[in-house]
Amino acid sequence: MKFDRIVRTTCPYCGVGCQIELNIKNEKIVSTVAPESAAPNFGRLCVKGRYGTDFTHHGSRLKTPLIRKDIGGELRKPVGMDGFREASWEEALDLASIRIAETFKKSGGDAFGTFCCAKATNEDNYIFQKFARSTLKTNNVDHCARLCHAASVAGLQKALGSSAMSNSIAEMKNLEVFIVTGSNTTETHPVISTFLREAVVKNGAKLIVIDPRKTEMTNFAVLHLQHRPGTDVALFQAMAYVIITEKLFNTEFINSRTEGFDSYSKSLDKFTPEWAETITGVPSDDIKEAARIYANAGAAAVYWGMGISQSVHGTDNTMSIANLALLCGHLGRPGTGVNPLRGQNNVQGCSDTGGLPAIYPGYQNVNDKKVKAKFEAKWNTNLNDVPGLTTLEMSDAAGKGIITDFIILGENPLMSEPDLNAARHHFSNLKNVIMIDIFFNESAEYADIIFPAASFAEKEGTFTNSDRRVQLIRPAFDPPGEARVDWEIIQELALRVESRLERKESSGFEFSSASEIWDEMAALVPSFGGISHSRLEKEGGVHWPCPDMNHPGTPYLFTDTFPRGRGLFNVLELRMDSEQPTPEYPYILSTGRVLYHWHGGTMTRRSVLDKIYPKALMEINPEDAHRDGFENGQIVTVSSLRGSVSVELKISDRSPKGVVFIPIHFSETIVNELTNDLRDPVAKIPDSKISAVKIERTIMN
Amino acid sequence: MLTIYINDLELEVEEGSTILEASKKMGIKIPTICFHDRLTPPGLCRQCVVEVEGARVLMPSCITKVREGMKIKTDSERVVRARRTILEMLSSSTDLSESPDLLEQMKTYKAEDGRFENSSKRDFKVKDDNPFYMRDYSKCILCERCVQVCSADIQFSYALTTSGRGYNKRITTFYDRSLPETSCVFCGNCVAVCPTNALIASNEYNLKTEGAEK
Repeated sequence: MKFDRIVRTTCPYCGVGCQIELNIKNEKIVSTVAPESAAPNFGRLCVKGRYGTDFTHHGSRLKTPLIRKDIGGELRKPVGMDGFREASWEEALDLASIRIAETFKKSGGDAFGTFCCAKATNEDNYIFQKFARSTLKTNNVDHCARLCHAASVAGLQKALGSSAMSNSIAEMKNLEVFIVTGSNTTETHPVISTFLREAVVKNGAKLIVIDPRKTEMTNFAVLHLQHRPGTDVALFQAMAYVIITEKLFNTEFINSRTEGFDSYSKSLDKFTPEWAETITGVPSDDIKEAARIYANAGAAAVYWGMGISQSVHGTDNTMSIANLALLCGHLGRPGTGVNPLRGQNNVQGCSDTGGLPAIYPGYQNVNDKKVKAKFEAKWNTNLNDVPGLTTLEMSDAAGKGIITDFIILGENPLMSEPDLNAARHHFSNLKNVIMIDIFFNESAEYADIIFPAASFAEKEGTFTNSDRRVQLIRPAFDPPGEARVDWEIIQELALRVESRLERKESSGFEFSSASEIWDEMAALVPSFGGISHSRLEKEGGVHWPCPDMNHPGTPYLFTDTFPRGRGLFNVLELRMDSEQPTPEYPYILSTGRVLYHWHGGTMTRRSVLDKIYPKALMEINPEDAHRDGFENGQIVTVSSLRGSVSVELKISDRSPKGVVFIPIHFSETIVNELTNDLRDPVAKIPDSKISAVKIERTIMN
Repeated sequence: MLTIYINDLELEVEEGSTILEASKKMGIKIPTICFHDRLTPPGLCRQCVVEVEGARVLMPSCITKVREGMKIKTDSERVVRARRTILEMLSSSTDLSESPDLLEQMKTYKAEDGRFENSSKRDFKVKDDNPFYMRDYSKCILCERCVQVCSADIQFSYALTTSGRGYNKRITTFYDRSLPETSCVFCGNCVAVCPTNALIASNEYNLKTEGAEK
């Protein structure tokens, strides 16, 4: 078929960062293909990348600024689109800046909570956090990574001083041994899963799956350790016990690259595989076998997803994995590493560009005097050196009236936060909510002013994928109606707020392109120093760290050293802080994703993808279903201490006995009505994978 | 390194390369149909055959490894006749109207559509059983790229397979079930490698039919 034009860009879905070509006819994406020669996907795509970009053209795209009709009213009630009126850009921007300036004059910067966006570009996020930090003087900047890989970041920071996937996607097909844990890779990172399966089928790699659910990856595994939810630390520590008692560790690596080994190895005495069997339910022989396979490999890698991080002990889970890698020296070489698979197209980049409360772009601490001085000089202003609040802490602070204003770029907290009844209560307490988005989502019901933004197919910029590869996106269309590119909206808003606050000097919001924004950031972030849009145009993508133009980029980290110097063994205790089943709430509810949808469903539910998977299905083990008299396809009510949802049952042995599973994508069955806002003490990530629930037949009237 | 001769030109090539790879290196184009760069060559269509001195039959260049001193003719009369016949057999049984590369090859090799008098083109109803792509097997030349992609070359989903023999051979699913009832994950990686539009994105198919109606 002859297309009107073909636009090469980066897929807007998961963190794999597939390169795609949009085939366009009559101003619509007709089909999507992948260039065969381009990393990281080399022609491969999944259903979302190939068919799911049609949300771009959905009729419900926001096309004009919207202002809440009862703006300024006493009580904030959720309203639909009909609770808003269309407004001009001039009116909406002016009103937003007046309200923001009022709050700032009255209560100062810490009355603001701001949310960056893991779906927006690096440039959108840089300018957004710059606005929050320079104009609003607050470090209350966070994004949804807090709810997904915060614990991976925290754990890897402690163990290695780093916070990203250590090795590249390109190495996967040549793996020798690898562990996949807490990742339903075939559904959440489909293209990565093809490379992992290729390693098994073609390269004879040994795969060990460690997961309570029998995911599709188990079909390719030599071992499936099906542990009880929440017992990850017991399992990994028992593997370490085996490695130490059987002397399978890498002495040379431990001596030259690590610290804390002695106290760590002594702390393992009680973590015998036999003990672990009683805690995890995994036969001790399987634990021993897994430890031997991992330790005896020349090179072995670990990949994980939300199953490790979305936990009240997510940081410990991550450190228990890092401990194993340090023990065996499986770091710093191809085919090794500790690899959190990132869930969103630009969640890596959103963190890299400073979308976190304690850091400026490039993981430079806000309370480091030198760093602060550098950013103050560039931004012509004084900055706040107190680390800000995390996503859920901002929500708490709103509940307490400490934060009165939320400014949200492309996020949907009222789908993604745990215990939504509480979260909605917090939102209704806010005085001013400003959102920038492409759709009217669940959180928008609480907004005052909504600015219509550009989708991935309507702007320039960069996304950084899960293996730290910075890649370009390119505009294929103009934004619909009066919608504008995100960074332009933020820039315009920042200038108006600066003027209302009578700032003598602007912090610099006069960018004329995304490329200029990148250049300002690269000058401030040493690991981006060698990356520019023009270089990306030539080379297709560059893995940071890349300090200068002659540096080739860094596909795998830690060759000679760790960012913190030596890798640190962390002594861990098994904590079982999750909500436990009770006679009244006898099931453990786990949450997760399905192949055909993505996160809060804002995009995929408005795509052809919704036709094949139109509603939530709750998986329940056949034995449980039989015992409790449930049938396939039956509608049931699932309740926790916090809320209830209605959902259709799917009997499947993917769920182990006693555990049910509901996907997170469906606004008709919002699983976060049920989840528990219990947080990891370090990473502040909620315990999304474990809530005690009961299941009742829904009585149809 | 080995020394071989392609069309009387001497060439140093790495041991283990195929004749097709060696020719490509030399800039000699050998036509292919089922071969795809990123897939295991299946040696099915035989369009890439060449004449190797001393060999009894024509050799498929995509799977034949070079040997020391091998003398190869990529364009001999016998090779050209074989290629022409292959194209004529394909076009006698298949709708090649959306296979620009094959139509071009038919021109190059002066192949006649309708050379075989009593032949009939296979005619299947278009399968439209999912929201993403359609299967128009009247256009399928049975190159099996889709099966390879779906199984152990790319996707490891094992949803597509072949059944039947000869004229009755076709691409199908387990028990001929509709795609949503199989292990298909609708990655569309099969659609991407289909050379004849037998597999086609539903959007493209619909645009095409709308265009035809107008």
